[in-house]
Amino acid sequence: MDGKLSCAARLTGVSHFYGKSGRVAALGGVDLELPAGLMVGLVGPDGVGKSTLLALVAGARKLQQGRVEVLGVDMADARGRQGLQPRIAYMPQGLGRNLYPTLSVFENVDFFGRLFGLGRRERQQRIDELLLGTGLALFRDRPAAKLSGGMKQKLGLCCALIHDPDLLILDEPTTGVDPLSRRQFWALVKQLRQRRPGMSVLVATAYMEEADAFDRLVAMDGGRVLGTGTPAELRARTGAGSLEEAFIRLLPEERRVGHGSLVIPPRPGDGDGDWAIEAEGLTQRFGDFTAVDRVSFRIGRGEIFGFLGSNGCGKTTTMKMLTGLLPPTEGQARLFGRPVDASDLETRRQVGYMSQSFSLYGELTVRQNLELHARLFHLPEDRREARIQSLVQQFGLEAYGEMVAESLPLGIRQRLSLAVAVVHEPRLLILDEPTSGVDPVARDQFWALLVQLSREQGVTIFISTHFMNEAQRCDRISLMHAGRVLASDTPAALAGARGQGDLETAFIAYLEEALAEEGGADQAADTPAPRDLPGEVAPEARLRRQPGFSLGRLLGYAYREGLELYRDPIRLAFALLGSVLLMFVLGYGISLDVEGLRFAVLDRDDSPESRAYVQNIAGSRYFIERPPLASLNELDRRMRKGELSLALEIPPGFGRDLRSGRKPQVGVWVDGAMPYRGETIRGYVQGMHQQYLEEMQRRATGQAPTAAASLESRYRYNQDFKSLYAMVPAVIPLLLVFIPAILTALGVVREKELGSITNFYVTPVTRLEFLLGKQLPYVLLSLASFFLLVLQALWVFDVPLKGSFPTLALGAFLYVLATTGLGLFMSTFTRTQIAALFGTAILTMLPTVQFSGLTTPVSALEGFGYWVGQFYPASYFLVISRGVFTKALEFRDLVWQLLALAAFTPVLWALCAVLLKKQED
Amino acid sequence: MGGWRHSLINIYRLGLKELRSLAADKVLLALMIWAFSGAIYEAATGVSQELNHAAVAIVDEDNSPLSRRFADALYPPYFKAPEYIRLNQVDPAMDQGRYSFVLIIPAHFQRDLASGRQPELQLNVDATVMSQAFIGSSYISQIVQGEINVFLTGRREGAGSPPVQLVTRARFNPNLKGYWFGGVMEVINNLTMLTIILVGAAFIREREHGTLEHLLVLPLKPLEIMLAKIWANGVAVLLGAGFALTVVIQWVLKVPIAGSVPLFLGAAAVYLFAAASIGIFLGTLARSMPQLGLLIILTILPLQMLSGGVTPRESMPQMVQDLMLLTPTTYFVRLAQAILYRGAGVEQVWGDFLAMGVLGAVFFVLALHRFRRAVAQTQV
Repeated sequence: MDGKLSCAARLTGVSHFYGKSGRVAALGGVDLELPAGLMVGLVGPDGVGKSTLLALVAGARKLQQGRVEVLGVDMADARGRQGLQPRIAYMPQGLGRNLYPTLSVFENVDFFGRLFGLGRRERQQRIDELLLGTGLALFRDRPAAKLSGGMKQKLGLCCALIHDPDLLILDEPTTGVDPLSRRQFWALVKQLRQRRPGMSVLVATAYMEEADAFDRLVAMDGGRVLGTGTPAELRARTGAGSLEEAFIRLLPEERRVGHGSLVIPPRPGDGDGDWAIEAEGLTQRFGDFTAVDRVSFRIGRGEIFGFLGSNGCGKTTTMKMLTGLLPPTEGQARLFGRPVDASDLETRRQVGYMSQSFSLYGELTVRQNLELHARLFHLPEDRREARIQSLVQQFGLEAYGEMVAESLPLGIRQRLSLAVAVVHEPRLLILDEPTSGVDPVARDQFWALLVQLSREQGVTIFISTHFMNEAQRCDRISLMHAGRVLASDTPAALAGARGQGDLETAFIAYLEEALAEEGGADQAADTPAPRDLPGEVAPEARLRRQPGFSLGRLLGYAYREGLELYRDPIRLAFALLGSVLLMFVLGYGISLDVEGLRFAVLDRDDSPESRAYVQNIAGSRYFIERPPLASLNELDRRMRKGELSLALEIPPGFGRDLRSGRKPQVGVWVDGAMPYRGETIRGYVQGMHQQYLEEMQRRATGQAPTAAASLESRYRYNQDFKSLYAMVPAVIPLLLVFIPAILTALGVVREKELGSITNFYVTPVTRLEFLLGKQLPYVLLSLASFFLLVLQALWVFDVPLKGSFPTLALGAFLYVLATTGLGLFMSTFTRTQIAALFGTAILTMLPTVQFSGLTTPVSALEGFGYWVGQFYPASYFLVISRGVFTKALEFRDLVWQLLALAAFTPVLWALCAVLLKKQED
Repeated sequence: MGGWRHSLINIYRLGLKELRSLAADKVLLALMIWAFSGAIYEAATGVSQELNHAAVAIVDEDNSPLSRRFADALYPPYFKAPEYIRLNQVDPAMDQGRYSFVLIIPAHFQRDLASGRQPELQLNVDATVMSQAFIGSSYISQIVQGEINVFLTGRREGAGSPPVQLVTRARFNPNLKGYWFGGVMEVINNLTMLTIILVGAAFIREREHGTLEHLLVLPLKPLEIMLAKIWANGVAVLLGAGFALTVVIQWVLKVPIAGSVPLFLGAAAVYLFAAASIGIFLGTLARSMPQLGLLIILTILPLQMLSGGVTPRESMPQMVQDLMLLTPTTYFVRLAQAILYRGAGVEQVWGDFLAMGVLGAVFFVLALHRFRRAVAQTQV
């Protein structure tokens, strides 16, 4: 072999493990040299370590063991990696996984351009060239979510090429794409390499046919390299006719077990008119988008019927209509002669369904999953165990019985899904892409099971796939594209009619025919008319990609996040109107005014004096008199129920005793269940009692009593003593915590969950740029929300703003920086959106409501609460907000609080920067 | 076998699955444990709505034995030891919220008092501190009056007792201790929050992972799936609440509980049904987890703040009071206060039981109505 070629990447002793204790090895001691300037393919089924290897080379994953050198740079060195990143482009696995679905085609590419520090003019020019070259120019303004799978991948390629990389890494770029788009994609890559011969391309693929066109191949299995060489070398070495065969022969002996050429026995004559599924004109529309367009077909009992088509062509939607999950917009379907009806449990007992993604419970073991389903289908106790046992054997799951489903290899997981789908011995199986991502050997084993079910047990199987060789195994297939069935027949007949015996050629011919018929703008992109692709980036542009902090990249992230937010009207409305709504609720609702208290009297005297005493209380605006009490028992009962907050007991002879100066006692019971209210009631009653005494003395002596000294209380800042004036300024800080913190936390964690976080891993963006860029839109949004809240306070609640508004606004700015920073902080150690949501809610709710001085001043808190209050931004903004609103405070009065608020943000940023990882573990 | 028996088995089995899933999620579990232990303890002991450690300052221009006695009479736990400040410091200090109360004693106060010239004291109260202002000022005025009486007559009550005496007793919480209230209300708050979040988020997660869809293809009714979710999460939360009530509140905090804990837990079970139904209903409204998060916040905050668990209901505007009658939380808070603090029995609270059940059923039916449509929407 020509080892003289320079190296794009060199791997030495690279191992990689997943799982908590590193139990699952994805790569086991790989030594590999990938030559530069060539197209190198990694071939092998899913889960053999291809993606891990590519992610390590791209720098997206953290190196655990061994050494990886890419373009001469050691990937363990963070600084070297940062310098290298502008020279690498990485397109992760999954259709449009690193794209942003709500952003348009142009905006997606533009974002990547910003990340790589291209200037505006240069970006414009390069994007125009790329879009023209890939045929996407017509769809410049279409959101990525509304592109077909093939177009998504082309867009991904544009994004990867925007900065003119020296090494292009493509992880299964054509999986799940229709054959025509696939062919076009490779034509594009070929053209590109002609324009830039120096560029190295590293591709992983599961399609062996594609790999035949690559310069070099690396066959992988079980985290190890089986063999390397040109496709011809590999075939020659193994003496195999096809690459797929060659690959299987490279496998170690024990892995080949179960593989034999799959022979499908012919179907015993199909009983005409005995249909398992009949579909007539099935149509499904979502808004103005037609997902399935007048699809009709019939499937006979015991037949294996296939749907062949790309992702998003309507296969899944059709299947959902057949299972009753989705009522069709038009048309009708019948299973075993009965119309599909969601509430018809009887039909459902005869159907087994396997959805496209793994939809069993990952946290349950294999056995638990089987058992759960056996029980849900009510298999009798005595048969259940036997059935599970035989399934475990039949599907080769013996070794995995006690393993948790999510830890299983994909192929095994799919076998489990099938086992679960047939646990109740259904007469019909609906399987939605069951072998997607499963290796050839496992796929053959899976098919062997299907054949067995169909031929031996007479089960009807309706299966969808995007693999040609699987489609060939079906009795009959339908070719699907864009919601329509292009043709339907036996594979051999279809291949013969259009494809000179080849099914893929036939499919492409049908596709082209359909596109020509429509001639719509939608399909123009799929017609192969790529113009010249752009060449290299001007050298001065390369110079501008300096490492270190870049405002451009920060703003790139901020702009993109802002766009996404702007495109999500629901999130936006929640963020702005939600706080306004909550302000209404809380401003009116949280009131510490204690009034409207219900009381009743047990008057055992019923004299003019006792009635006067009661009148003294009943006349107060705080109390509402309820029907009198007849006994202590009744008093007890009514207080227990919570009907009365206060009860008075006037003793017999009250009037007489009073007249004769015998100093009678009035008994008062206060409901102390809510201590604050109880305390206030006690204060009220004592005050009113005092008034009564003074009144009595005045009547007796004709003059008001003179006190030796008087205490004059001045209620400051809120003379009317109205809760609203105190609460509204306090609710603003409260509302500016929850929504900003949670939105920000979700903003980051969402990227982790959806996969676009990869862009942060493999581009030159630094942690700080990423964090600040993500934070900025939420800070602006929160400020907008702040202005709305202030307007609401002024105009709706009539709470005057007595102090300096600029000071308040400055405080609000510093405060939302801190609260969104809190959200960022939460996002650094939460991995799922649900955890981020739950964690942020629980960690912000209590301190804000309880410890920040909302109802009780921080100075009155003790212990833990006091310290939380001291180190919580809401405490400081609360003082500012209240001070400016009610106390007419100015900037100089609040300098200390403003400084304290300002101090939170850098601390939070530093914490986030330390906790956020620039590579995946 | 009858259909309903099948249904019961399904509900039971799916519920067990739900519990297994919950047990597998260590983070959620940890948060749940915290919510029913540490969080309760902290909420109970850290916060108080009664007068507690109020910050007081004294401007003493008299500097007499009597004026110093005032300062000595203001002591913890109600007040912090008073600080002495000068008159010109009063405004800035109060502006910054450093003191809730400032007592100003004029020069020659003691002399004027002794010579019967009726001198005047001034008490400045920061009325924005709603929870302390009123109670604190009435405490201070009583204390000051008491000291003056002692100075003049040697007796705290002053010369000659008033013609009518007032004997006040606080029932159900004789010393009006705040943590009695705070701790129990926190249990209720966390009960609401956890149930809605657990159920709502689990619904969205299952929808996103396609497992709900998978269940709907099995011969299962949405009703069964929903009931399974409700009973499983309900049992988990109920266990947590029971632990919080008996161990944290009764045993650690030594709060006496007046009524029957089983009755309360029974009420909690009915309430959990209602809260979980709200959770599922929210789950059917939201299309993604972030949307659910925002919805939950918009729901939980009013539920917690306006149901009477934080501030008394009767002081809210009538419209708010009426609106809140449409939520089960209002009834639960009322009922919990009646049972736990006042020892109310079934005969006093059955109406609230009924109201919670009916409201729960309404949300349940709404959620059920939207269930299928919500699942079908997901993949669009």
